[in-house]
Amino acid sequence: MSVKKTTTIVEQLRRAQMSELLAMNKRLDGRGLKDYRELRIETGLIKKANGSALVSLGNTQVIAGIKVEVDEPFPDMPDKGLFICNAEVLPLASPYAEPGPPDEDAIELARVVDRGIRESEMIALDRLVLISGKKVYAVFADVSVLNTDGNLFDATSYAVVAALLTARVPRYDVQDEKLVKSEETIPLPINTIPVSITMAKIGNSIIVDPNAEEEACMDARITMATDEQGRVCAMQKGGSGTFSVDQLNEVASLAISLGSEVRERIRSSVASSTGGGANSIRSMTS
Amino acid sequence: MSRLMSEEGIRIDGRRWNELRPVRIEVGVLKNADGSSYIEFGKNKIVVAVYGPKEVHPKHMALPDRSVLRCRYHMLPFSVEERKNPAPSRREIEISKITREALEPALILEDYPRTVIDVFIEVLQSDGGSRCAGITAASVALADAGINMRDLVAACAAGKVGGRIVLDINDEEDKMGEADMPVAYLPNLKQVSLLQLDGKLTADEYRECLNLAISGCMQVYSIQREALMRKYFATDKRGGDEGGGGEEE
Repeated sequence: MSVKKTTTIVEQLRRAQMSELLAMNKRLDGRGLKDYRELRIETGLIKKANGSALVSLGNTQVIAGIKVEVDEPFPDMPDKGLFICNAEVLPLASPYAEPGPPDEDAIELARVVDRGIRESEMIALDRLVLISGKKVYAVFADVSVLNTDGNLFDATSYAVVAALLTARVPRYDVQDEKLVKSEETIPLPINTIPVSITMAKIGNSIIVDPNAEEEACMDARITMATDEQGRVCAMQKGGSGTFSVDQLNEVASLAISLGSEVRERIRSSVASSTGGGANSIRSMTS
Repeated sequence: MSRLMSEEGIRIDGRRWNELRPVRIEVGVLKNADGSSYIEFGKNKIVVAVYGPKEVHPKHMALPDRSVLRCRYHMLPFSVEERKNPAPSRREIEISKITREALEPALILEDYPRTVIDVFIEVLQSDGGSRCAGITAASVALADAGINMRDLVAACAAGKVGGRIVLDINDEEDKMGEADMPVAYLPNLKQVSLLQLDGKLTADEYRECLNLAISGCMQVYSIQREALMRKYFATDKRGGDEGGGGEEE
């Protein structure tokens, strides 16, 4: 039940200034309405993790780590591996962040990122089964936000995706219903690369990749994840404003076109920052 | 997938693609609440209470220029097949948040500065689409509480089942179907205040699904209106309703 407190007067002045600029197709930080900020992705920096990625989207910075364990499958899904995604905003991420259990924003963040990856079927969970009904790989994606400057949704999603793409997990051999860990590691089975695009509505303008200042002034927000076929896989509207049907059609086409652009960025960053990573991804996706 | 959709296009519960489950709404079901409602939406049974506008506790949460809306969506332990731990789950915390954000644009919160309005949504029995049913009932309960509003909020999902875009997904279709898209709509302002999607849709399917969900919201809206009219504009049974009679003249 947390409700964000806003300093109303300052924000109203900010909002007025922002609306004026938006009417001229300009933003306070100089970007065009449909421009996202500089995206940088570095993978494989945490050797103790099966996969990891550090992503910065403008001044927003997040780190994702993948840990893979062997676990029992859910009783209603004996032939599927597990994927569990978690996100938290660390106390060092902003002067306003506080330690403690995750609040509703952090929970929404983790669930929206999880939804995009799960619903796109990025990981072929049916190929994570070691012994049917008994042993499966459990893939844990944990994301920590290191610095907040808006659009945690996309930064977090890109970090999890990049970490999953570069993750290597131990191979197990089954001998007499028992698992024997081999020295060899293998990549995760990947079906597609989902890309999340978050847009904000301020007045009647739709902007891509809102920063913290813009998020403080926005009426509503929408996050859309699309897959390689240009299908929409997951969506979440947020904020206490609304969208018209026309605006929702506009954001969908934006999410699809920008999505394929960002997908190529992720693909090339992943390929350049780890040796051999790209080949293994290509072979999994084709 | 043929289990969910027959050759003739009949769904698992006998409905056609554009048919809503039976919806029934009652207004003013709890005596203590400032506003309340009860909804049956398919097998969903949900009760909603509104308390407020009232003084804010803790005080520092108060806003100088408007009321604070707080929503709690909660499922009773026996509302689902396997007993649910009564503590709020991550799913319930997320739904509470999106429910608040779906209802807020309809309310004129500026009319009640330095106060709080609490909305409690308790799911007694759950079926697919409980968040939509909860939002629909909550909007009626807020109207029953006499909160100033620009519009009602009507909610309904659409989705993709057995390869077809269909209205109002039930539990089985949600679990086995290909996509579920809950939508909340402000019928007079023509604005969407809740939009989520689980599952894959092409760009064309997305548009079709959104339009179908909105048509469902319009049907739900007329049921909401009828329920409110029954309580507040009843001519045949003067003062005959049980709860919340204080709202009448």
